Amino acid sequence: MSMQPGYVTSTTRMRGYAPAADVSVAAPSPRRQSARPLPIAAPRDLRTEPGPIRFIIIALAVTFLSIFVVLPLVVVFAQAFSKGISAYLGALAEPEALAAIRLTLLVAAISVTLNLVFGVIAAWAISKFDFAGKTFLITLIDLPFSVSPVISGLVFVLLFGAQGFFGPWLQAHNVHILFAVPGIALATIFVTFPFVARALIPLMQEQGTLEEEAAISLGASGLQTFFRVTLPNIKWGLLYGVLLCNARAMGEFGAVSVVSGHIRGETNTMPLLVEILYNEYQFVSSFAIASLLAMLALITLVVKTILERRLDEGRVPDGD
Amino acid sequence: MSTAVARRSTLPGFGLTMGLTLTWLSVIILIPLAGLFLKTFELSLDQFWGIISSRRTLNALRISFGLSFAAACVNLVMGTIIVWALVRYRFPGRRLFDAIVDIPFALPTAVAGVALTQLFAQKGWLGAPLAELGIKVAFTPIGIFIAMIFIGIPFVVRTVQPVLIDLDPEIEEAAASLGANRWHTVFRVILPSLIPALLTGFALAFARAIGEYGSVIFIAGNLPNVSEIAPLLIVIRLSEFRYADATAIAVVMLVASFLIIFLINRLQRWAQTRIPAH
Repeated sequence: MSMQPGYVTSTTRMRGYAPAADVSVAAPSPRRQSARPLPIAAPRDLRTEPGPIRFIIIALAVTFLSIFVVLPLVVVFAQAFSKGISAYLGALAEPEALAAIRLTLLVAAISVTLNLVFGVIAAWAISKFDFAGKTFLITLIDLPFSVSPVISGLVFVLLFGAQGFFGPWLQAHNVHILFAVPGIALATIFVTFPFVARALIPLMQEQGTLEEEAAISLGASGLQTFFRVTLPNIKWGLLYGVLLCNARAMGEFGAVSVVSGHIRGETNTMPLLVEILYNEYQFVSSFAIASLLAMLALITLVVKTILERRLDEGRVPDGD
Repeated sequence: MSTAVARRSTLPGFGLTMGLTLTWLSVIILIPLAGLFLKTFELSLDQFWGIISSRRTLNALRISFGLSFAAACVNLVMGTIIVWALVRYRFPGRRLFDAIVDIPFALPTAVAGVALTQLFAQKGWLGAPLAELGIKVAFTPIGIFIAMIFIGIPFVVRTVQPVLIDLDPEIEEAAASLGANRWHTVFRVILPSLIPALLTGFALAFARAIGEYGSVIFIAGNLPNVSEIAPLLIVIRLSEFRYADATAIAVVMLVASFLIIFLINRLQRWAQTRIPAH
């Protein structure tokens, strides 16, 4: 095992609660390579631990991540394929499974589109202008991250349920929000609300307003300025936000579970179907659906890593 | 950084975009959350207190908060070890393990829930050897604890990682050349400068675990007073059409999460004043 010490330099920053992966290139600091007089009694690097301690720390980290993170992922695929590939494909071809996949795609399309549009609008207002209470507004946008998914569903039950504020009116006019697609979409929009705005605000703040001001002073309209100047500058960040928003939208369980009503073939999204099939001991079917969601998660992570590299390349080096 | 004198922007669209932002924010987030609090005001203080202080509610809250705290402590220690290994050492598969840290974040909670349950069930890959040792994980509070550790780990790692990367190497070199041994340098020089990030990561993991539902309910066993978490009790009360009960429990949890956000904001402000930007 080669465990030479090395130092990572990176401009990676935390992006809100969607923590950024380390996409840095491992490069020894130039400072280390310069010929530096070493203390006679300490031939070993000043900034690292003795070999055995290094080994124990690495072993602990790798073991912990393997047991708690890798194994659960492996179990999903092992269970999904435990009765062979035809059983796996058969489970996915069930009408109930197909209905859940369709519903999940529909809900994700609705909520991602709306949050994309409003995320960009919010990021424009927040990052391109100075106003009082900006930090507070960002905190409000972040709220859904700190609300339990169950509560995110509950608030819509309290608004639109039979005993809710608008329940009687909705019933009288035969409008279905709860236990139907609108309710599921609303709950999903709630939980995915911050992603796009959160990905864009720091990026757009960093880019400032000079380019836009130049475009405006040259006679471009506001929309032209946005589409020709701002959008090209933020495209990777936007994609990053949409990617995370979509992953959460497709995978959301708690909030959707509360508002869905679990009507088979009608209001079950993929995560809800995973639960139902699991509770019915249909493990192959349950894990088959779960494996699709796990693949979505893995693809999301790979694309996210690529996007973060793009974002870091596009960022102006900040002097270190 | 905003200056004391507000800079006049010549860009168009402030009124329109701000108006749309506030409208959308109100419709999706603020009005629904306000509805929750309004619903609580329909209860008298006695009723509210009666719900919250009932044995089952108190136990559910105790289980959620207690186990979340314990799991966040494990995440704090293991997260620090993982960050240290990822940032300071080179080892085969380092980049892969770095990416793996994000899996609990990306994996839908229901998938994590069924996977952890299968893994730790009596006949599972880890459940079977543990059962031989007499340890039962699935369908006990230990299962809840395990699921909470799983979902919390990325928070500590990803909060501390950028800070440890940006740490000025000269500080520890100075400490070492002034005669501090490695142990002293790590515990007296490096870890103290990581404290704000560590506490923020801890608080984020704690908050997430308190509200967590999907990855916990499968492995929990869901026995009232023993292994029933507060979010599940909300769902149960809703299914019994006891909206007032559900609302009261939700308000307690929500207030707790707001306190945690407030704390995190203060921590970040503290971190900014402590560590000068370079």
